[in-house]
Amino acid sequence: MTAKTQRMLLVALALGAVALAALLALSALKDQAAFFYAPSDVARRAPPLDRAVRLGGMVAAGSVRRAADGVTVHFTVTDGRATTPVTYAGIVPDLFREKSGVVAEGRFKPDGGFVATNLLAKHDERYMPPQVAGAMHETKTLAQ
Amino acid sequence: MIAEAGLAALWLAAALAAVQVLVAALGLRPRADADALRAAVRPVAIVQGALALGAMLLLILLFLRSDMSVALVVANSHSAKPWLYKFAGAWGNHEGSMLLWVTILGLAGGAVARFERRLDPHTLTATLGAQATIALGFYAFLLFASNPFARVEPAPADGAGLNPLLQDPGLAFHPPTLYAGYVGLSVACSFAVGALLTGQVGRDFARAMRPWVLGAWIFLTLGITAGSYWAYYELGWGGWWFWDPVENASLMPWLAATALLHSVTVLATRDGLRAWTVMLAVVAFSMSMLGTFLVRSGILTSVHAFAVDPTRGTFILVLLAVYIGGALLLFGLRVGTVRQGRLFEPVSREGGLVANNLLLTVILGIVLIGTLYPLVAAGFGVQLSVGPPFFDKAAGPVALLLVALMAIGPLLRWRRDSVQALVVRATWPIAATVFAFAALIVFAMPIGVLPLLGLSLAAGLAVASVAPLWGRNLRRTPIFTWGMVVAHLGIAVSLAGMACDAAFTAERLIALRPGDATRVGPWRVTLDGLSPVVAENWSAVQARLTATRGDRFRELFPQSRSFTTPPTTTSESAIATVADGQLYTVLGQPDGTGRWQVRLWWKPFVTLIWGGGALVALGGLISLVGRVLPRRRAVTEPDW
Repeated sequence: MTAKTQRMLLVALALGAVALAALLALSALKDQAAFFYAPSDVARRAPPLDRAVRLGGMVAAGSVRRAADGVTVHFTVTDGRATTPVTYAGIVPDLFREKSGVVAEGRFKPDGGFVATNLLAKHDERYMPPQVAGAMHETKTLAQ
Repeated sequence: MIAEAGLAALWLAAALAAVQVLVAALGLRPRADADALRAAVRPVAIVQGALALGAMLLLILLFLRSDMSVALVVANSHSAKPWLYKFAGAWGNHEGSMLLWVTILGLAGGAVARFERRLDPHTLTATLGAQATIALGFYAFLLFASNPFARVEPAPADGAGLNPLLQDPGLAFHPPTLYAGYVGLSVACSFAVGALLTGQVGRDFARAMRPWVLGAWIFLTLGITAGSYWAYYELGWGGWWFWDPVENASLMPWLAATALLHSVTVLATRDGLRAWTVMLAVVAFSMSMLGTFLVRSGILTSVHAFAVDPTRGTFILVLLAVYIGGALLLFGLRVGTVRQGRLFEPVSREGGLVANNLLLTVILGIVLIGTLYPLVAAGFGVQLSVGPPFFDKAAGPVALLLVALMAIGPLLRWRRDSVQALVVRATWPIAATVFAFAALIVFAMPIGVLPLLGLSLAAGLAVASVAPLWGRNLRRTPIFTWGMVVAHLGIAVSLAGMACDAAFTAERLIALRPGDATRVGPWRVTLDGLSPVVAENWSAVQARLTATRGDRFRELFPQSRSFTTPPTTTSESAIATVADGQLYTVLGQPDGTGRWQVRLWWKPFVTLIWGGGALVALGGLISLVGRVLPRRRAVTEPDW
């Protein structure tokens, strides 16, 4: 093998590795990316029931209820136009509260409810997840 | 005055960086007086680093004194904060952390100027010029878009306080370590650019660059390990890695640096992979800058995103495009001058290291795509997130393949080897893998496929990693071989911890009344009671949990803390570490009927994850010592 062929071979291998990475990543992304829904999106496009998605919005005032087992909470997420009922079993984040932004990770149920496996609340008093901020902003703009 | 002095130091450092670029550029011209210019670059670089350090120290002083006339202190500190968080809080915010970034960049350049003696003087001059070029952009970013020393008029009575999640001793250790690694890679990039400019890519270049890459890589490894443990105990989610974009931002430079570390060895030992090594050095620091952009631009939701300011994001994005684009352009223009390295056989240590580099590249590509995909999608108006299921599925199998390769790679000989001989040498590692696999199938099923393969391969890798010491005179074994053995063993240990955590963790979520008990794994946990606790800037409800397991007995005190400035609650987990794992407890909220939510995990052997990470870093340190210390005895490059 000459120096040149070996160099070309190595370049081809490197490009092949990058292509393989892209191929693996994109094929996995097709199944695994979690799409983001605001409650008003649910009416517009039916969410898939078989894969994890994210639901974002505000925790509606007066909607948080605790179930009898002490660890399950029920609450409603709103973006100002529509609402979605959410069930979550776990310790809610420290910054989870009514009239505050939240992103729930989980799945939709056939009845339109949402079962969350994880809740992300805004990180501190000054901070709101961009997705929530975006959804809220859109709502406000439309309301005006 | 302190703030003005700090700002002045920053401006002076930026001016010196400009001088450094200019002098280096002039010093590279083939003229008689260029020698004197080249000699001047070193002291300029050292003073520039010292000035940046001075600015950082002055900022820390401002935080320690709670100087409320400085906007940054007002926004991020409070006089009632413990001194450690005033000190570390200096970089617990956007401006301060960027100043720390630039300080380390300046110090790294200064260190190269002070200590680098092996590199060809022309290449060193070009390297320092490149380093100052990078610094210049980031000084501009600080001075024009993120001034940490801006004053407020009138000064308020007190500040807003630090995000309670950051009020943890981890803040003093994790960011500086991670940054030392992150930004330390700038040196590798500058070396690569310097060598491209002078056309001196070869063994001497690789030998000079290797300790710097190793140093940055050690810090990066420590920083990631520390960050992982910090997130584990601070967030209270029981996980140690979340595939959060911010975590990926530190993992990507590590992957590239790991690949670089191995390819630079091929270049230093066998004079092969010249262009590839240079390319990797550029890519590694590009990943650091990309990480900085992701973390500092506020484009991501994260505890690391301190402020959302689009102008800053654009500024960093432009810097990123200019530097990465510039370095790649230079690579494209000058790669033709890099002469072809030496040839090698496919079945050889070199071949194994090429495969290592290719697999690391694949993993890097997957992580990169997964991290950037949501941003690209957002550009098209689609909001989505990419989480653990994606990374586990796409990167997990490739990582296991890499581990398998790691086991056999060090058993290969340089230059030329035969498959038959390799199989003979790999007998014990293969036997260990098969034995572990069979034992798990018989005794531990059902566990997932990845944990099963992970544990089996960890067993094989552990045996294989010490194999290079077999049949050797241990006293005559080169120090850097010990380093490799320890680092590879660390990966096996860490992998075993990850697999155990994934396979054997037991979890319990329950609401308990004082006096109630529950079980998790082998432990019986009783909620004894709750009591209030008060500290300088927070108050808390503290649970007292008693955990018993046979005749063993532990008390845990998880808290739910309420901070006054800013008004926030956080939960402080309590962890009992025993020889075979950790019992992890979190106190939730009261449910209103006298019960309290408690979340418990029993995580067998989870500590191996970070113990392994520390071993990897220790292995790097041993190698570094072996490479830097003057050779005490004539050592030929190891055969295997």
